[in-house]
Amino acid sequence: MREELKLSAVRKYLMALSGLFLCLFLVGHLVGNLQLLETSYEARLQFNSYAVFMNKSPFIKVLSLLTYASVALHAFIGLALYWKNRKVRPVRYYYNDPGASSSWYSRNMPLLGILVLGFLLFHLSDFWYSYKFGETPYMRTQDGKGVILENGHAAYGVEVREGVAYAGDMPVGRVMKDLYQEVVQTFSEPVAVFVYLLGLGALGFHLLHGFQSAFQSLGLMCGSYARLIRLFGTVFAISVPLVFALIPVYVFFRSLMGGG
Amino acid sequence: MESMRFKLKIWRQKDRNSPGKMVDYEVSGISPDNSFLEMLDILNFNLIKRGEEPVAFDSDCREGICGTCGLYINGRAHGPGKGMTTCQLHMRMFKNGQTIYVEPWRAKPFPVIKDLVVDRSAFDRIMAAGGYISVDTIGNPPDADTILIPKQDADRAFDAATCIGCGACVATCKNASATLFVAAKVSHLALLPQGRLEAKRRVKNMLLQMEREGFGSCSNIGACQVECPKEISLENIARMNRELLKAILSPHSDD
Ligand code: HEM
Ligand code: SF4
Ligand code: FES
Repeated sequence: MREELKLSAVRKYLMALSGLFLCLFLVGHLVGNLQLLETSYEARLQFNSYAVFMNKSPFIKVLSLLTYASVALHAFIGLALYWKNRKVRPVRYYYNDPGASSSWYSRNMPLLGILVLGFLLFHLSDFWYSYKFGETPYMRTQDGKGVILENGHAAYGVEVREGVAYAGDMPVGRVMKDLYQEVVQTFSEPVAVFVYLLGLGALGFHLLHGFQSAFQSLGLMCGSYARLIRLFGTVFAISVPLVFALIPVYVFFRSLMGGG
Repeated sequence: MESMRFKLKIWRQKDRNSPGKMVDYEVSGISPDNSFLEMLDILNFNLIKRGEEPVAFDSDCREGICGTCGLYINGRAHGPGKGMTTCQLHMRMFKNGQTIYVEPWRAKPFPVIKDLVVDRSAFDRIMAAGGYISVDTIGNPPDADTILIPKQDADRAFDAATCIGCGACVATCKNASATLFVAAKVSHLALLPQGRLEAKRRVKNMLLQMEREGFGSCSNIGACQVECPKEISLENIARMNRELLKAILSPHSDD
């Protein structure tokens, strides 16, 4: 391999690209999730149909594989660089004042990254795992007597076994899962809401440094663009996690008031 | 004139291989107009009079242009001033009676030689790896206006060229990275037509040498830019990252 391809600056290109790709993912994920703020039966049906679509579409499958790959690559390089950089100052300063020249979050990207990773795993085990393999309830018809199939049709008088509705012995289709209800249940727990706020807070600070840092790594921070990128990065890093955080908080207070 | 006194905590280390420690000293009769190095001279004068070993520290021009001096003072490279070297720091910037911590640059590639003096020859080896242009020096120099250079480029190149190689960027960096130093050198030459010829080789070789010397990688934290006595800007690092990208994507073309 060409020697220069092993430079950490080259690894930072990959970190920056994967990080920015994850920023795009965040926007898409957020837009989809905003459907959770609506409470009507139709909104619930729509959200659950959206979940079916996200699980079926081959395009989304490719995107989600890219997202997993980005997280893995980004986290791996980030932690590897951190591990290497840990060894460059064997004798530490007796007295140091790093706050005079840099922000705490820019110096603690690995820690913030690990928090984000932990949160990501928690989040996936919470929703993704139970949706795929676990106890997510079935979506029922509005009168509660039938179930909704994945194709959106209602089915009455059927028996559900392992996610498939049967009329007698005849399978009539897979049953839609009520992910919406699962989310509402999760966010009625104060501990879960707290974990989400913590994770999103870590993400916000990670992005406060990370967004503009990615442009710097790619060599795009120059001249008059630099200020614009910094400004946009700050707005992005604050608003995206904040709007994400709105969902658990809103759902939590709604459940307190007895709504659903 | 007002006279100041200070409590000092200074790193003492006999040589490369001995462990060092912080040692307490007191100085008095210091003028607010004394430079930091003059204050240390006064301390050393007293130490020599008492028959003790003076504190070793580096200095040469004492006017902020040579890059020889460099102390980590109260947790900051070159102390509390902005845009100044240790030799340009004056005691009026401290409070009378204050405790001042004085340490050497700390980084694995900058081993301590004695007390506050570190070995910065790693920078020389990085320069030797590409911080130059190859020119024919036989015959007469060409007229200065045979190669025209836009004023903005000349200014940016000059700004980058003001790096004095002091090592404060490494000292303050959490990763002990020399990226700002290397970026200043790479940028300085990349902006000028005379430097373009070897631009691709230069950026690769200087960065490779930086890593071979054991400096860390850049996390874009930006402390270097704040502590650099010449206020070398992070823009130079962005420019270097651009240069490296060009070198990697088209390794065989000339520019
Ligand atoms: C949605 C999730 C994430 C997003 C959007 C994101 C975004 C970013 C961006 C844009 C950067 C700047 C890259 C650069 O400086 O070139 C960055 C840096 C970093 N990220 Fe992430 N990140 C995420 C998750 C993670 C995870 C899970 C980890 C590790 C466990 C991590 C660790 C790091 C580290 C250590 C850096 C700094 C690397 C350095 O400059 O040396 N990040 N992140
Ligand atoms: S970039 Fe600034 S801090 Fe680093 S060596 Fe040059 S002058 Fe010193
Ligand atoms: S002694 Fe020359 S810069 Fe300080």
